[in-house]
Amino acid sequence: MSDDRVTAWSEDELGVSGRVLPVVRAPEPVLATVGEDVDPTSTETVQLAADLVATMRVSPGCVGLAAPQVGVSARVFCVDVSQHPKARTHHGTFVLCNAEVVESSRNEKAREGCMSVPDLTGDVKRASRLVVRGQLPGTGESVTVTTDAFEARALQHEIDHCSGLLFLDRVAGAHAVYARTTYL
Amino acid sequence: MTLHAITVLGHDRPGIIAGTTARLAGLGLNLEDSSMTLLRGHFAMTLVCSGAADEAAIATALAPLGEDGTLTVTVREVPAEQPATSDGSPWVLTVHGGDRTGIVSTVVGEVASAGGNITDLTTRLAGDLYLLVAELDLPAGTDVDVLQASIGQVAADLGVVATLRPAEADDL
Repeated sequence: MSDDRVTAWSEDELGVSGRVLPVVRAPEPVLATVGEDVDPTSTETVQLAADLVATMRVSPGCVGLAAPQVGVSARVFCVDVSQHPKARTHHGTFVLCNAEVVESSRNEKAREGCMSVPDLTGDVKRASRLVVRGQLPGTGESVTVTTDAFEARALQHEIDHCSGLLFLDRVAGAHAVYARTTYL
Repeated sequence: MTLHAITVLGHDRPGIIAGTTARLAGLGLNLEDSSMTLLRGHFAMTLVCSGAADEAAIATALAPLGEDGTLTVTVREVPAEQPATSDGSPWVLTVHGGDRTGIVSTVVGEVASAGGNITDLTTRLAGDLYLLVAELDLPAGTDVDVLQASIGQVAADLGVVATLRPAEADDL
C-alpha cells in the first residue's frame, strides 16, 4: 500500500514551484554534517522538497539529490531512477523526509559518482534489497518503500547524505577510488 | 611553488609513511596525490607534493629514512600536469591465468594499438595464478568489439582469460 502511495506521489502535490539551487561540493562542511530531523508538513520542508526536485530535474544524469547537497542540513531527499537502465523496481519521483533503512540485504558492489564529488568515483558495496521508512512532504504521511537494484542503491546514497556521509566514506578500499575523466 | 615527485621503496616496517610525511610537513610541503602498496612484500610509495622547498632540501630532510640501507628515496621536481579529461570512455581490463612471461606486455600492447590509455594498473602473482587489473580510457570512436576480439585472441594464445568491461560510474 505504501509503495502504491509513493508511486502515485508527484511534486504537484506540494503546491509550490521549485527553485533550482546551486549544488555544493565537498569539502563543504554541510556534506559532512548529520542532517536535522524535519517537520514534513512545514512550509520550509515543502519548499525544500520542491527545490530538490527542481534541481534534480535540471541536472544531467541526476537521479537523486539530498538537502545537504543544496546546503541545507536536513533529512530530506528526492529520487527518480525511472529512466535509468539499471533500475528494476522503481517508484518514480518522490521525496522522503526523516527516512531510515528498515531492512537491507544482498550486498552488491558498484561504482558510484556524485554531483557533490564531481572529480572522483568509487566502488561501494550496498544492499540490493531494501526497505526504507520515511514521511512524505506536505501531508507528512508515513510510508514504507520496498525496492531493489538501482533504486535501492540511490536511496542508500541519499540517506547517507542526510547522515553526513559521502560515498567516499564507504569505498571498498584504498584503490577503489578513481579520478573521473569523463563528465556528463 | 613547485611540485616534487618522491618515491620510497624498500623493506616494509611500521612507521615509514609517518616518518616520510612528518619530514615533508616539517618543510611546509603539501601532499597532493599519493599511492602506496606492498609489491611482493616491498614497501612502494609514490607521492607528489607541492611547496616552496627545493629538491636538495627535500632530499636532505628525507635522507635519514634511507640511512639503514633498507629504503631508497628519490626526489625529483616535476611540472604541473593538467588533469586528464577525455571524450572517450572508461573500461576495466581483467586478465588472469597461469603465470608466464609476456602476459602484460602482449595484452597492453593491444590496448596501446587501439589508442587506449591505462590510468591505473595492478598486477599480482599468487602461486601460479597471474592477475592483471587495469583501468583504461578508450578514445571516442574505438571499435570495442574489435579490441575485445584482438585482446581475446592474444589472451587465448597466452592461455589466459581476458575481459574488458565498461567502468562507467552511476551518478547518484
